[in-house]
Order: sequence, then structure tokens, then C-alpha cells
Amino acid sequence: MKSTREMLQSEEFRRLVSRRWTVSIVLLVCLFVLYYGYILLIAFNKPFLAQKIGEYTTLGIPLGVGVIVGSWVLTAIYVVWANGHDVEVARLKDQVKK
Amino acid sequence: MSPAPAVQTAVQTSLGHPTASAIGFFFVIVVLTLAITYWAAKKTRSAKQFYAADRSVSAFQNGLALSGDYMSAASFLGIAGLVSLKGYDGMIYATGWLVGWPALMFLIAEPLRNLGKYTFADVVAFRLKQTPVRIASAIGGVLTVLLYTIAQMVGAGNLIKLMFGIKYELAELIVGAVMLAYVLFGGMIATTWVQIVKAILLLCGVTFLTILVLSKFGFNPANLYAAVAQDAKLGQAALEPGGQVSNPVDAVSLGLALMLGLLGLPHILMRFYTVPDAKAARKSVLYATGFIGYFYIIIPIVGFGAAVLVGRDVISGIDKGGNMAAPLLAELLGGTPFLGFIAAVAFATILAVVAGLTLAGASALSHDIYLNVVKHGTATEAEQVKVAKISTVVFGICAVLLGFLFKTQNVAFMVGLAFAVACSANFPALLLSIVWKRFTTAGAVASILTGAILAILLIIISPTVWVDVLKHEKAIFPYKNPAIFSMTASFLVAFLVSLMSKDDRAQAMFEDEKLRTYLGIGAE
Repeated sequence: MKSTREMLQSEEFRRLVSRRWTVSIVLLVCLFVLYYGYILLIAFNKPFLAQKIGEYTTLGIPLGVGVIVGSWVLTAIYVVWANGHDVEVARLKDQVKK
Repeated sequence: MSPAPAVQTAVQTSLGHPTASAIGFFFVIVVLTLAITYWAAKKTRSAKQFYAADRSVSAFQNGLALSGDYMSAASFLGIAGLVSLKGYDGMIYATGWLVGWPALMFLIAEPLRNLGKYTFADVVAFRLKQTPVRIASAIGGVLTVLLYTIAQMVGAGNLIKLMFGIKYELAELIVGAVMLAYVLFGGMIATTWVQIVKAILLLCGVTFLTILVLSKFGFNPANLYAAVAQDAKLGQAALEPGGQVSNPVDAVSLGLALMLGLLGLPHILMRFYTVPDAKAARKSVLYATGFIGYFYIIIPIVGFGAAVLVGRDVISGIDKGGNMAAPLLAELLGGTPFLGFIAAVAFATILAVVAGLTLAGASALSHDIYLNVVKHGTATEAEQVKVAKISTVVFGICAVLLGFLFKTQNVAFMVGLAFAVACSANFPALLLSIVWKRFTTAGAVASILTGAILAILLIIISPTVWVDVLKHEKAIFPYKNPAIFSMTASFLVAFLVSLMSKDDRAQAMFEDEKLRTYLGIGAE
């Protein structure tokens, strides 16, 4: 068992916090790249999005859908990671004196 | 104004006349939601029940309720209309509206749930001085909610007038009265369930409409796009990006507002207190992102379907903004009963969203201002609930009056403004209070006020107001969306003022706050 002070100063807790923010920031950067990549393509390279991939369907359509699906996938990745992370959270929580 | 279509068209529509099926469906939905309210009223005694549904909402239910709060009639009718009239450019909107959800998840969903009680101001004020921070947060919060509410009320009045042919003012009063009943008697429990019912109806209705559209094209979207490309009025250009994103600074700024504004919308943030713990909060975001993403993926199919099957002239003949594209398509494919159903669902959508906004606005007034500033945190349960209900009525009346006042305002602009204020005033203070040890009371207040004032000021001198509304020759501020400047300024002010001021208590409490933020120790 640890006092709150000991827990706050423990290596384990610090690692837990820094790991949480590392995962968040990495996923956030992925989200920015995904969304702004799409927006900047629209701004600077319209012909790229206008090229046909089927008889009439343009590349822009699946890419737009891709941004939406990609956002959801990033959210799902976070949840899967966080479920594992919860085990460590619960372990540390139990170590703190009530 | 006569609700009859302005142009002669081949399509006969009963839109604009209250048909038996529309009234019937509307009646069923209102009775159902009032029954929910009656059931919820018996469970709404304490402040925790009124504001946070007793923290008994499951992750799945909250996911539906969150998506219900976000999928407003404006996004349903608006994006379908935009795609039908502008083609691919309408789709760009749909993507922008979703990207805030992952950001909400990564940055604040769990800390928000662990640190707060009923409002996001609980988190900002956690270790800072209550009175100034609560007042500033309430200003930011109420401002955001009011702007959002005006957009919903104005949209509601106009849509109901178009669909049922009843007067704008009467429509406002009906929305005001019914949603007040939900919030006043059923609190968050009723508001949540009304939101869930509406989200399910909306998702089912739009899914059915999409299936009907695809059935006309052999269940292959490629055939739909082929029909769009071959249509004389639409052509291949409708499937390509056009002039939507012409100014990259504006596009980046709008993206920031949409993405980070979500993290400052009080009615969305409040929903995280209705679930039992941080894990449920996290799961509910995943569900919400799934529902909303699905909705935004199928809405363009409805829009393109309307453009091909109903035709652009008919759609813009009835409403210039294209808002009636989806209802017209529903009537064409499913007859008057389906139009009635879609119209009733759009009405229910408005009711539910306004109810959620009213509850958020009322909680800022009663919980943040009355309880924590006037009463310094000491009021009995009965007193808290009473004040919460009075605030609800006050906010509800304001919503209806503002609806009258802003009758002719552009709805999309009001929503844009709400998001700009949310990401500039509320979001920086919320994030910094969670992650930055040196953040001080003075820094928080300065940041919130700077963000709010600058966002509004820049919009007034932007082309949207300065040129379009005030009819000046040239805008002082060249961009339509101020987020990139006002949010940056809000963060800068927060840093500078915090570094110049001292808040020893806040610094000392930061370490203890961490246990609650990251381990959930002591969370409500």
C-alpha cells in the first residue's frame, strides 16, 4: 500500500500518465494528418480528387468516406488501447490507501 | 407567406400542408416522449437525478443520446440539401462534422468524467478560485449554448413552417412548450430518453430513405453516380470538389472550429456525467462516433438521390437552401405517409436538441452561478432542484424570444459562431486546467473572456457580417472563420497571464488532482 504522496512520486504512476498522453498525442496527430490532408488536397489539388476510379465515380468520394471511417477507426484504436491501460489503472488504484 | 412551391413542377407535393399522416406521426412521437417524461418525473427528485440522470445511463444509451444531441435537423436536412444542390462540396461538410469526436476522446473525455460533477465548469474550477472562474465559465458556456439554441430555434420555426404550413411564431411556441415539459418535469433522465428515441427514429428513417434510393439504382452507388453524371443539370462536376475550399486559411480555421469546438459544447460535455464512470464515458464516444459517422456516410446518398430523382429546380424552388430535399425525396419514394414520418422525425429532432441545450444552459445558471457563486456551494437538495427548474423556465422563455428576434438570421452562420466561441472560450481553459500545473485563476478568466470576445468581434468584422449583413464595401477581417486566430489568442493569453500571476493553492492541488484525473480516485 502507498500513500497518495508516494503514489504520485512513484515511477509507475508517472509512466502511466506519460504513456496516456503519448498515445493521445500520437492519435491526435494521425487525426490531423487524415483530416487536413483531405482538406488541403481539396484546396490545392482538385484534379487529383476529380480523377475517375470507375466509369463516373471520382476518387474524392471514397476518400471522403475514408476520412469518416478513418476517424472512427482511430477512436476504436484508442478504446482498445485504453481497455488494456485500465488494468494498470486498476492495479495502481488498489495500491493507494483509502 | 404561401407555402406553395414557387415554380411550376411535375412533382406534386403535400409539403407545406399538415397532412393526416404527418400530424398522426407527430402526435404519436409527442405522446411517446411525454409518457417517457411522466415516467422520468417520478425518478427526478435530487440534483444528481435532475442534472445527471443519477449517473445511471449505460455507455450504449449515452452513445445514442450523444449522437442525438449532435445530429440536429440542420445536419440532417441541411447536408442532404447541400449535397443535392452543390454536389460533392456538401460531402466535405459531412466529414468536418465528424472529426471532433476522436479529438474529444483523446483529449478530454475521461479526465472530464473523473473531475466533474454536472458541468464542464466543475473541471475548470476544480483547483482554481470558485467565484471568478465559475462566472467566466458560465459566460462562455451560456454564450455558446444561446448561440446554438438560436440556430436551432430559427431553423425549427422555418422548417416547421415549410413542412406543416403553420406560422413561424406558433412553431416556436410549440417547440418551447413541449421541450420545457421534458426538461422541467423529467430533467436529464427524460432528456436523455427523448434523445435516444429520436436518434433511433432518425437513423432508421434515413436508413430506409437510403435503401429506397439505392433500390432505384440496383443497390449500387456507382449507378447513382452515373445517373448524376448523365443528368443534364448536374453532370460530372457534381461529383468533383468545386469552390467550397478556396481559401486554405479559412478551411484550416473552420476545421479547427469544428474539431475543437465540440470539446467546448456544454450540452455535449454534460452528457459525460450521466454515465457511471470514465470507462463508460469512453465507450459512449465510440458508439456516438459510429452512429454519427454512419449517418454522415449515408446522407450524401440521400442528397444525390434527391438531385437526380426530384431535381435541383424543384428542390431550390421550394427552399433556396435546399433544406426540403430529403422530405421531397421521401414523398416521391414512399408517398405521403413517409413524408409525414420524416417531417415528424425532423420535428422530434428539433425538440430533443433544444431540450438538451436548455438543460445545459439552465445548469450553468443554477449549478455554476446560483449554487457555487451566490450560495458558495451550500444549498439543500430541494433548493438546488427548485433553482434548476426556475433556470430552465427562464432559459426556455429566452430561447423562444430569441427565436422570434433572430427570425431572419442565417442558421449556418449562428452554428459557426457557436463553434467558434466554444473552441476559443471554453476549450482552452478546460484543457489547460487538466494538463497544466501553472494554470492560474487569472489565466483562466483572461483566456475565457479573450476567446469569447475575440471570436465574436472577428466574426462581426468578417465578410459574413460586415459585408453580407451590414452591407459594407470590404471586410476589415478577411476570413470567414476566426477560430485559428481567436483560439490561438486565447491560449497565448492563458499562458502569459498564468505566468505573470501566482496561484499557490492551484499549484499545490495539481498533484492531488492527478490521482483523480488518471486513476479516478474520488470521482463522483
